[in-house]
Amino acid sequence: MITASAVCKRYAEGREALKDVSFDIADGDFAYITGRSGAGKTTLFRLFAAIERPSSGGIVVNGQNLAALGRKAVPYLRRNIGLVFQDQKLLFDRNALANVLLPLSIVGLPAREAERRALAALDKVGLLDRAKAMPVALSGGEQQRLAIARAVVNRPSLLLADEPTANLDTDSATDILGIFRAFHQVGVTVVVATHDPQALADVKPRVLRLDSGRLLSDSPLGAAPPSAGGLATGGAAR
Amino acid sequence: MSIWFGQHRAALVDAVRRLASSPLNSALSLLVIGIALALPAAGWLAIDNLRAAVGNVAQIQQISVFLTTDASARDIADIEKRLRSSGIGRFRFVPRDEALKHLQAREGMADLVAGLPRNPLPDAFVVDAENATPVALEEAARTFADWPKVEHVQLDSAWVRRFDAFLRIARLAVGLLGALFAAGLAAITFNTIRLQILAHAAEIEVARLIGAGDDFVRRPFQYYGALQGMLGGLLAVGMVAGGGALLAGPAGELATLYGGSFALRGPSPLEIGALAGGGALLGWLGAQVSVALHLRRFG
Repeated sequence: MITASAVCKRYAEGREALKDVSFDIADGDFAYITGRSGAGKTTLFRLFAAIERPSSGGIVVNGQNLAALGRKAVPYLRRNIGLVFQDQKLLFDRNALANVLLPLSIVGLPAREAERRALAALDKVGLLDRAKAMPVALSGGEQQRLAIARAVVNRPSLLLADEPTANLDTDSATDILGIFRAFHQVGVTVVVATHDPQALADVKPRVLRLDSGRLLSDSPLGAAPPSAGGLATGGAAR
Repeated sequence: MSIWFGQHRAALVDAVRRLASSPLNSALSLLVIGIALALPAAGWLAIDNLRAAVGNVAQIQQISVFLTTDASARDIADIEKRLRSSGIGRFRFVPRDEALKHLQAREGMADLVAGLPRNPLPDAFVVDAENATPVALEEAARTFADWPKVEHVQLDSAWVRRFDAFLRIARLAVGLLGALFAAGLAAITFNTIRLQILAHAAEIEVARLIGAGDDFVRRPFQYYGALQGMLGGLLAVGMVAGGGALLAGPAGELATLYGGSFALRGPSPLEIGALAGGGALLGWLGAQVSVALHLRRFG
């Protein structure tokens, strides 16, 4: 599903965001990418979504080598990935339903079928009764759930989320993580970049721990989760 | 194919929604485009009307074919047959008696004509050539002059040439004006689309991130530009037609004073289509250049 091979990312100002990062995430995995602020989580998220390109190394997502991916092929890659952003990136001039309809209009789904699927996606995240609400009228947790509904409405096989529980209260964060687990249980590969210790506490997920752009550890699925503050001692990085 | 149509329909609806969402701005843009297209269109129509009016009032495009005084009825019939087969255009026979009556009817000529011992005027044909270019008229005049029993062919060649030269300069000036305003229209659309892109930056960014390709992002702006240009063109038609309606009465009266009859011509269906279609094309062009330049920032 995702293969990162010796990925490096250097920015123009000379900052090295990722250094020689390698790992595999298989179909059906649920993985957390964690680390302190500036560890390289968001950079990795942006590389997987082809928002940025690696300076060196290779990334394969859904069987497509992103280094060789042409500019015109990027939209097709993104249509098969559900992206959830920390700042949600909702359109505040249209209601919840219209926000969820946007990915469907991009692929050209007929209006009636699109609306049926958008309402089903809103239902899955518990927002069916808020379909006509404008995003500004939704709470932070509801906005993040709306962003998840938009990410999954095209039925992607891979769901990528960048700090989806940041700025949320504990209950809302628990709801959001529960939604991700629910999608994982129906076969969706889920990768969540987070520094939220709560995300790692209640289950035994696979955790890829980054620090200053390096992959320090990779605890395989089912291994004991690392403590929130310390470094993992689980599975080794490739 | 249905997906393709569906996406185009959605882009068109989106473009209409964007136009309607800021009515004042849209109305002002349409007004500017309408004026930009109306000026050359009005100039073009004015030239066309002037050509028709001058041709009608002063008969400068007529060729008079005077026969010899001894031309018989058979000779007249022969000339008539030659004119008909030449396909030159409309013509009519003016018998010498009728010509004399016309002369008598002119102010101050009655006494002079009454003093003449006999009718000095010849029979004649007056020809309205369909092809009124100076070259065609002179060619026809030379041909008529070679026919038997033709004494003299009269064509005010210098006048026709001067008028034709004037029309050509006027057409060129209108053409240049049209090109200038067409560039202006494209520039207006370019700027309008730039502002539209800025206003919809968040929407474009999100659409890009979730899989929108170039076509999906560009299409509403292209429709917006084309729609704005087309509506501006139709507004220009309205302005030209309205101006024509206001001038029709006075122009007719003026023509009557010069002894002719004249009805001012408004835009034809073809010209209406050309203005609306040309406006749409220029709007699309301005939008296309604008999106190509300004959407780069969205990757």
